[in-house]
Amino acid sequence: MNFKLKDIVPQLITVTAVVLVFGFFTYNAQINMENRGIDFGYGFLSQESSFDVQFSLIEYDGSHSYFRAYLVGLLNTILVSVIGIIIATILGVIVGVARLSPNYLINKFAAFYVEFFRNIPLLLQIFFWYFAALRALPLPQDAEAIFGVFFLTIKGLYVPAFIWQNFSVFFYSIVAAIIAIIVIRIYAKRVQENQGKQIPVFLISIGLIFILPLLSFLIGGVGISFEVPVLKQLATTSFIYEGGVSLPPELIALTLSLSLYTATFIAECVRAGIQGVGKGQKEAAASIGLTPNQVLKLVIMPQALRIIIPPTTNQYLNLTKNSSLAAAIAYPDLVLVFAGTALMQTGKAIEIVSITMFTYLTLSISISLLMNWYNKKIAIQEK
Amino acid sequence: MMSKINFLKPDKNNLNTFIYLGSFLFLISVLDVFFNSFFSLNLTGFLPSFLSFLLPLILGFIGLYFIRIEFSGIKQLDLLNKHINTNNFNAVLSLLIIFVIIKSLPPILSWFVIDASFAGDTKDVCTGSGACWTYIKVWMRRFMYGMYPNAEQWRINLSFIALVLMGSVGYFATDRFKKYLTLYYVVIYPLIAFLFIFFFISGGPVFFDFSYGIIAAILSIIIGFFIPVKYKFYYFLIVPLGLYITLKYFIFFEEYIELGKLDGLNWVETGAWGGLSLTFIISFFCLIFCFPIGMAFALGRRSNFPLIRYISVGFIEFWRGVPLITVLFMSAVMFPMFLPEDFFIDKLVRAIIAISLFEAAYVAEVIRGGLQALPRGQYEAAKSLGMGYWKMHIFVILPQALKLVIPGIANTFLALVKDTPLIFVVGLLEIVGMLNLAKTNPKWLGFAMEGYVFAAIIFWIICYAMSKYSYNLEQKYKTDR
Repeated sequence: MNFKLKDIVPQLITVTAVVLVFGFFTYNAQINMENRGIDFGYGFLSQESSFDVQFSLIEYDGSHSYFRAYLVGLLNTILVSVIGIIIATILGVIVGVARLSPNYLINKFAAFYVEFFRNIPLLLQIFFWYFAALRALPLPQDAEAIFGVFFLTIKGLYVPAFIWQNFSVFFYSIVAAIIAIIVIRIYAKRVQENQGKQIPVFLISIGLIFILPLLSFLIGGVGISFEVPVLKQLATTSFIYEGGVSLPPELIALTLSLSLYTATFIAECVRAGIQGVGKGQKEAAASIGLTPNQVLKLVIMPQALRIIIPPTTNQYLNLTKNSSLAAAIAYPDLVLVFAGTALMQTGKAIEIVSITMFTYLTLSISISLLMNWYNKKIAIQEK
Repeated sequence: MMSKINFLKPDKNNLNTFIYLGSFLFLISVLDVFFNSFFSLNLTGFLPSFLSFLLPLILGFIGLYFIRIEFSGIKQLDLLNKHINTNNFNAVLSLLIIFVIIKSLPPILSWFVIDASFAGDTKDVCTGSGACWTYIKVWMRRFMYGMYPNAEQWRINLSFIALVLMGSVGYFATDRFKKYLTLYYVVIYPLIAFLFIFFFISGGPVFFDFSYGIIAAILSIIIGFFIPVKYKFYYFLIVPLGLYITLKYFIFFEEYIELGKLDGLNWVETGAWGGLSLTFIISFFCLIFCFPIGMAFALGRRSNFPLIRYISVGFIEFWRGVPLITVLFMSAVMFPMFLPEDFFIDKLVRAIIAISLFEAAYVAEVIRGGLQALPRGQYEAAKSLGMGYWKMHIFVILPQALKLVIPGIANTFLALVKDTPLIFVVGLLEIVGMLNLAKTNPKWLGFAMEGYVFAAIIFWIICYAMSKYSYNLEQKYKTDR
């Protein structure tokens, strides 16, 4: 080991500066908290929260703890993110492919969509949907049924709820179908490698995933019925729908704007990915006699996905982080419930903000680790 | 001479028949939708409703099918076929898009222009079904300047005009002065901008408080010329800050400064700033700050010193992992706890610091991408010429790397502009915040849509112009390698 002064000094200065800044902050924080009579600690998490949350996936009311409130917020954030990611991916892929269409109209339409939605701030879009577009919807008593069962009103979207009998049988039938598909895929791959025969895996998979659950209905005694929302009068002018599932307008506005906004970025990623596959690849694949579907499945998609996945992961992360804008329209997500209401009640600024930030960090890092793993799995195996 | 025509298979032999028939059907379908949408006439009202609804689609589809003849020899027809009519699926999609455009034009036009009200200055004139642009007209000053006093708004205008004029200097500079442009834009222009913002827009004593900083900076730069190159880095790390503190706390200029106070330039606190001008101010400052910070951390992440590298990675990953809204929450409720009790930082400054640090992490990642994309040979060539770390980076590496990452940087700056509305968290109201305030005014209830559309148009123009400009820059600086 030969230590050089030249190498040590800059590092030392930087570290000292960082330590000094952090020390300064902690010192001040301690003094400030002493002066204001606040004690530092996470004990408040188990105390009774005594505030209500409008929309919650788990059972919650004021008598539950702050930790439970945190969970409610976290689950709501995850709910919005997951729905948003699914819609944005579907929309983004469609628009991205449409951007490459030889059809002039489709191409320009997709380009217009992308340029339009990605150049307007997301917060403005959320406000637009929530305060302007969704407020123009009819009151519950004036709402017309869509397909007889959906009711889109100013108070949210009411959809029928499923009521299952023997749900577990149905669930197991789907699990069994998935396992069977995996087994068949492995078997088909082996057959193809050994004998060169191709088994129509795709058709078999589709058949399985439909037939097994269907059998569970016919034989396994699974039953399903719908609980359609019904209009109920509370007072002379106040109406509400009962039964079914109600999606609050905050959730609709948020998922709508998040997915419309993120889809534009995903569309650009998809377009870049497909364009990134060389023309020669397609021609080579066609010249060895692959059908167009096989070219797409075996040659283009694997290469395009390799280009598409890293930036798309970033967009998923952005969507998850952007879902915190929910606080602006009072959708009870992590930021609003925990960093908003709970912070106001307890006054524990440092603890609550740090927990919130740490949660988002964990979410982001776990998504990016998952995607890195996937990325590594499909990366080119160079020799 | 008429040969038998097979209507299931358009061919070239009966070109004219198919073209006339096809374009006739296509025209009928378009006209049907057109009359329906512009004059609300239902030409096919006698048919059952679902057929009347689908008829234009069916007719148009058959029409397009008939005119889909390859190599017809008619240029326009071939172009049409190539662009919108390649196969059945595309034909249906094209028809749908044409119909949607025709269908959606009248309501949009009538809302925006025909039924909209422009005149007057009260809510009463907005009786039509269209947009109420009167609302925007009445609230225009608030949307542009926030709560800034009406009588003082010329200060904002003047500063912006001056900054734009001085910013465009580079465009007119002759070759003789071109080499000073970087210095101008990196050092002098931001300083002047500071002066304008703090002196003109806020007025009052802040300018003098800030003038210590400028004096310290200028003094330390002048002395810096005489410092040996070897120690320059450490010198600039320590001396300017020290000078500033000395000036501010040990040499009392207050008496002199009172004399220099301009008459009539009232102090407008930052809480009153707002509207679109605040969007510009915040974007401008964050843009100036986040670039050098981001560059520093990008270099730090690629540094050979492990400690510096870890600190940079930690910084970048932390800011990239959290949403901006929580960062602003932090700057609003948590940051004051970390400062000495009598030490107060203005909330606008806190917001600017928070956004700058946040965006700096993104800029750092973009620049790191550019640094990684440079071939090793560039580093080795620079080193073999005997260049040190700083010389190598300033003259060889960064100019090339930054050229590569222009699109990425532009995207980050676009994101920055689009993130400014979030400052509502710390209680500052730029244009979107002002809209939300205006829409709850009891005299002007019910015009949320107009306000949001207005703001969307403004933001769209700004962001679209920026992205086009970055595209031009990218083309201009593109070098083949």
